[in-house]
Amino acid sequence: MNARAIVLAAVRNALDGSGVPTPEPSPRAYRIGGAVAARSADAVDLFVDRLEDYRATVVRTTSADLPAAVAAALRDVASVVVPAGLDPSWVHTARAAGVEVQVDDSTAPRTHAELDAVAAVLTSSRVAIAETGTIVLDGQPDQGRRVLTLLPDRHVCVVAASQVVGSVPEAVRLLAPHPDRPLTWISGPSATSDIELVRVEGVHGPRDLRVLVVRDA
Amino acid sequence: MSTHLGMPTVRPMPAHAPDEPLRWGQPFPAAAHDTLRDTQLRANLRTATRTIRDKRLAVTAELPDWEDLRDAGAGIKASAMAALPELLEQLEVSVQARGGQVHWARDAAEANRIVTGIVQATGAREVVKVKSMVTQEIGLNEHLAAAGIQATETDLAELIVQLAGDMPSHILVPAIHRNREQIREIFDARMGDAPDGLTSDPAALAAAARAHLRARFLRAEVAVSGANFAIAQTGTIGVVESEGNGRMCLTLPRTLITVMGIEKVLPRFEDLEVFLQLLPRSSTGERMNPYTSTWTGVTPGDGPQEFHLVLLDNGRTRALADEIGRTALHCIRCSACLNVCPVYERTGGHAYGSVYPGPIGAILTPQLLGVGETGVLDPHDPAASLPFASSLCGACYDACPVKIDIPTALVHLRDRVQHPPGRRARPTVWSVALGFVALSMRSRRTFRWAGRIVTVLSWVLPRRVRRLPFPGSLWTASRDLPPLPRQTFRDWWSAR
Ligand code: SF4
Repeated sequence: MNARAIVLAAVRNALDGSGVPTPEPSPRAYRIGGAVAARSADAVDLFVDRLEDYRATVVRTTSADLPAAVAAALRDVASVVVPAGLDPSWVHTARAAGVEVQVDDSTAPRTHAELDAVAAVLTSSRVAIAETGTIVLDGQPDQGRRVLTLLPDRHVCVVAASQVVGSVPEAVRLLAPHPDRPLTWISGPSATSDIELVRVEGVHGPRDLRVLVVRDA
Repeated sequence: MSTHLGMPTVRPMPAHAPDEPLRWGQPFPAAAHDTLRDTQLRANLRTATRTIRDKRLAVTAELPDWEDLRDAGAGIKASAMAALPELLEQLEVSVQARGGQVHWARDAAEANRIVTGIVQATGAREVVKVKSMVTQEIGLNEHLAAAGIQATETDLAELIVQLAGDMPSHILVPAIHRNREQIREIFDARMGDAPDGLTSDPAALAAAARAHLRARFLRAEVAVSGANFAIAQTGTIGVVESEGNGRMCLTLPRTLITVMGIEKVLPRFEDLEVFLQLLPRSSTGERMNPYTSTWTGVTPGDGPQEFHLVLLDNGRTRALADEIGRTALHCIRCSACLNVCPVYERTGGHAYGSVYPGPIGAILTPQLLGVGETGVLDPHDPAASLPFASSLCGACYDACPVKIDIPTALVHLRDRVQHPPGRRARPTVWSVALGFVALSMRSRRTFRWAGRIVTVLSWVLPRRVRRLPFPGSLWTASRDLPPLPRQTFRDWWSAR
């Protein structure tokens, strides 16, 4: 017998011998919706509050003012990388602001060394959670490969107010139809509490998270 | 800038590297006796556990449905254990369907062989690692080193532990036994590229680790991780972390090897909605941890293009066979039970002599090693002392996000240690003493007379006896004997 068969047999044996009846279906009395309604103004307020608690920089803007907000978030960097599927008008804005824009697409992916040398990354996002101040990226063309949002030290992330849900279950259910997509859940800049449990922002991931929250004016 | 007078010496904790990650050193009472003497350690632990306790209470109180989430978490884990064979088979199929390879390991040695083989096949001489309890449990780093492969821990606390030559002393914050000044000394002495004039400011220490590890991440070809969960239905694996070192390991290398205990499997993708609320709030006391990554097999053009999942038993089926002890397998390694435990707070993690310390370690370690099973774990084994390392106050049960009834499991395991199935227990001082107590309680008459003997002794013995002769000295060595009563309660009552 190989290891697989032996382990599985051991599991079956253990269960047969332990005399525990199959448990009742799990109770699921917890809330699905959050304290604030998805996509509401309250949800956006709570989301911003939570993010700021993590010491992310949050800028509220409207679709009309987004180009200016993107330009402002990139003003002091020399270079920015963008995923190939990003809204072309944002890319245009970044270029117009005088920033060197590098596009990462699957036919010519940037090397890790190249990405490490880029100062910032600009992406959109899939869904955001108000209660926890979380942004979820699902690797689609407007967000790019996971490594894009990892090596540059500043992540500028655009979140539409219409993407902000209230609770974790709401977000999971929205993501569930595509479990195969690699997900990155981001709640603030990288941090550690490993030294005397003192929270320090900024270890390996981007140390500077700037979230542009867009209301449709 | 700080001035250094000579090279600081870093002493590993514990002093000697253990051979077995699940069982080292002395039985708990002796080990605790030593660690209790370290006042620095106790001060570090007191501050750290208090801080995190308060944070956890604040963020769990925020959710009106916290108790419902705990019930759901406990229920999902119980049903996952009941359906474990089917879920593991389903997980295997799901991972393979997405281009991953699945391996099975009966024990630590087999898992180590599998991982070493995969690394050797890639030709890599070094691997980067994400913090994982299970690779600690199997002693993977040492095994890889013996095969000429250097494993670098990338989690800040794990890096501290690795550089110092320590064993971890906490599930979540393995270097909790070191304070900032000690960490500065460790970096200064052992991290070749530590900047000159490094201060003990946590931000400066974190920055030094970032600089030290960046080059390794960029050149790494193979990463080894654990898993916080694996979804049987979809083959999705998840790692929950804070620093981004996890994302680095899960994204940059070409080959990813994930070692996972078989108990980590969850049935459905939607189960994440429960555990992604329970885990961060219980462990770091945050509403959400900075980063959570999930991946499903191989994603073409994004992240590792070769993925191996190693499913490990290593004693878990042994625990599963015990109808009470098996709840230890529901553990999501949040470490809340450690932070609330009055014993852990004082003795520290090293007293438990296992990579799994604290209340959960006290029930998990002996079961993984086979406590109570004839011929597997002797009642005199150091690990058999762990179920006794508790005051049974119940704080761990209250804190546990998946409601593991640790006190009940402790009592149950104490019994298994004393009465291994199929073997007559060797009489101990305890069992003989308790035998006499049981005898005295046989009937009303014997109980009354036993009580009266004590009152007679109170007249013939000196008024205050603090130390009893052997074997009573085993009890009075750390306790005062109360003054003996002049009258039994029953006599007092009937005289009224
Ligand atoms: S036993 Fe419960 S409280 Fe302790 S680490 Fe495991 S899940 Fe957390």
